[in-house]
Amino acid sequence: MTKSLTLTRRTLLAGAAATTSLIAAPSILRAQSGPLKVGVLLPRSGAQAGIGQDCQRGVDIAGPILKGLGYPDLQIINADTETSVDVARSRAERLISEGAQLLVGAFDSGQSTAIAQVAEQKGVPFVINIAAAPPITEQGYKFVFRNFPTAPMILGDAFANQKELFETAGLAPKSAVLLHVNDTFGTSMQQGVAGVLPKFNLSYKIVEQIAYDGTARDLSVEISKAKATNAEVLLLVSRLNDAILLTREMVKQRWSPMAVMSMGPGWYEDQYLKTLGKLGDGPISFVPWYDPNKKVSKLMVEALAKHSPEVNPNTNHVYTFEALMIAADAFKRAGSTDPKALADAIRTTNITDNVSIGSGIQFDAKGQNDKLKNAAIQNRGGKLVTVAPKVASDAKADLPMTAYDKR
Amino acid sequence: MPIDIYLNVAVSGLLTGLVYGLMALGLSVIFGVVRVVNFAHGEMMTIAMYLAVLAFSVLGLDPLVMMVPIAAVLFVFGYALQAGLIGPFINKPEHMQFILLVAVAVILVNVQLIVFGPDARGVQTAYSYDSFAVGKLIIDATKVYAALAALTVSAALFVFFRFTEVGKAIRACADNYTGALVVGLDVRRLYALTFGIGAACVGAAGAMMVVIIDVTPSLGPAYTLLAFVIVITGGLGSMPGALLGGVLIGMTEAMAGLLFSPSAKTMFAFAILVLVLLFRPQGIMGKRAA
Repeated sequence: MTKSLTLTRRTLLAGAAATTSLIAAPSILRAQSGPLKVGVLLPRSGAQAGIGQDCQRGVDIAGPILKGLGYPDLQIINADTETSVDVARSRAERLISEGAQLLVGAFDSGQSTAIAQVAEQKGVPFVINIAAAPPITEQGYKFVFRNFPTAPMILGDAFANQKELFETAGLAPKSAVLLHVNDTFGTSMQQGVAGVLPKFNLSYKIVEQIAYDGTARDLSVEISKAKATNAEVLLLVSRLNDAILLTREMVKQRWSPMAVMSMGPGWYEDQYLKTLGKLGDGPISFVPWYDPNKKVSKLMVEALAKHSPEVNPNTNHVYTFEALMIAADAFKRAGSTDPKALADAIRTTNITDNVSIGSGIQFDAKGQNDKLKNAAIQNRGGKLVTVAPKVASDAKADLPMTAYDKR
Repeated sequence: MPIDIYLNVAVSGLLTGLVYGLMALGLSVIFGVVRVVNFAHGEMMTIAMYLAVLAFSVLGLDPLVMMVPIAAVLFVFGYALQAGLIGPFINKPEHMQFILLVAVAVILVNVQLIVFGPDARGVQTAYSYDSFAVGKLIIDATKVYAALAALTVSAALFVFFRFTEVGKAIRACADNYTGALVVGLDVRRLYALTFGIGAACVGAAGAMMVVIIDVTPSLGPAYTLLAFVIVITGGLGSMPGALLGGVLIGMTEAMAGLLFSPSAKTMFAFAILVLVLLFRPQGIMGKRAA
């Protein structure tokens, strides 16, 4: 038996209403009350897995601390970007379709750029924990916010701190070689060096810039090339695994520059310190850091010591924690999970009781926190000491670095 | 740039290439006889690397000492894989074999992620940071040991296939499948044996590789691709071709990194592959299909 299909005006209206409600469903879901659903995107596997897992510690300790500070609950939804820009984009889309009302992530500039495009398109706020490529907050985005210094901000502070360190040590190196990863972050930093370095009148000239693949299996050629320049200072923009490989190669190729200075991650990470032991001592990293004198910093350090006793607090924990703090603060003030209300609340953020160095968390018209300051930290005996700026330091820099064959 | 830098880089590329060659040798042996392309080759090498890391961290055993036991474990794994899983697919269409081995590769990567996590793991032997100074040449000691072991294993494999009864029987299977059946050879067992030998090669290579680089689960697919580039360059199914391909790719990567940009060195390895495919599709030492 067959039944003929007829389309009446009533059926059509009912269908249209059903379709409209389906299309509107995500925004209705996003505006529901209850804890704020925060999608946290991190490179939990792939080449940046070690750092992604380290950022996760910042997520793990955030809940109880934020609750103690009077912030509302957050419901965390984790996602793995697999250290891939394409995966980061698709995971961001999936998180939003699963009901995430705010996104946080993603450690890497390339991955964060992809997520920012998705967040802006879908109208969901995105708080970047770590990513330094300047263009991310130069696009006129309304839903993207970054509580992390841009490449020129990091470089400016790095060169100012280098000048202070060399002058204090009575050293005036004549030449430097820059080794940098060829990803979005590394290239941004390399491009920034040419513009920022001349302003600081440092004693050295950069004699060669060497770009390399951060996922390479062997970095012996890179070190051979850098060693051949006879540079006194090795400047670096790296990740974690490559930082370990580069150090091993320097030891094997019997090259100990006067100073090993990193303007990015990798060289202060716990995995670096543990893997290399005494050979991990000496490098100085110029990084966005925490202010040990702030009340919330002490809470964060205590919580991390309980959560992971073997891990030193670092940039990954600080900025991932603060990204969640920004989300909770905006949720508290907006009183709603509506994405637009959340974005408006983030825009007017003014958190002074925070962790990072600087006057606190505020965003400019572009969604960038331009109040952040960086420190110089040195690896020493498996721990990290702050060696510059003088006002925030707790140790004197070991410069020139002890040669690898004298340890 | 001083000449000793070129020499240093060339020697380093040669030594790395020899270990690459041994890793790819297993792939070539398997394809040359069983005619199955092992898409899980790199993943099998990371199993061997993890075994070496475990043996070192739990029992304090040096990876080079563990090379033979690890190769034996991988032999058993390879034998069982061929006898139990791949064997029934031998006469099935090639795309079914491809999908099967890609599935095996995906499973191996994810099991490694579950068991060992995503962090890089390595071994710190007493000689991890050693190097030999020969005049102005500074040669990485770990690469020298690994390359010597690669040459030893390759020589043993050559002797096995050339002079033993089983080796000759395996070569007979590769040369004439029907003929081997007619003369009464147990082809299924010989295929499993061959897959086991190929897996043992990659096991030995993994034990050596772990003294040079750290292992992560994501390393597997990268090494599968590298093994393909090497064996296609050297000649699919040719054992000397695999070693030659490994040396060629290792040297190309090293010299391209020095003369051009280090970040482009992999591109040059693929450029060699494209040239070989254009001008000698059977590979440098491969036989042209009849």
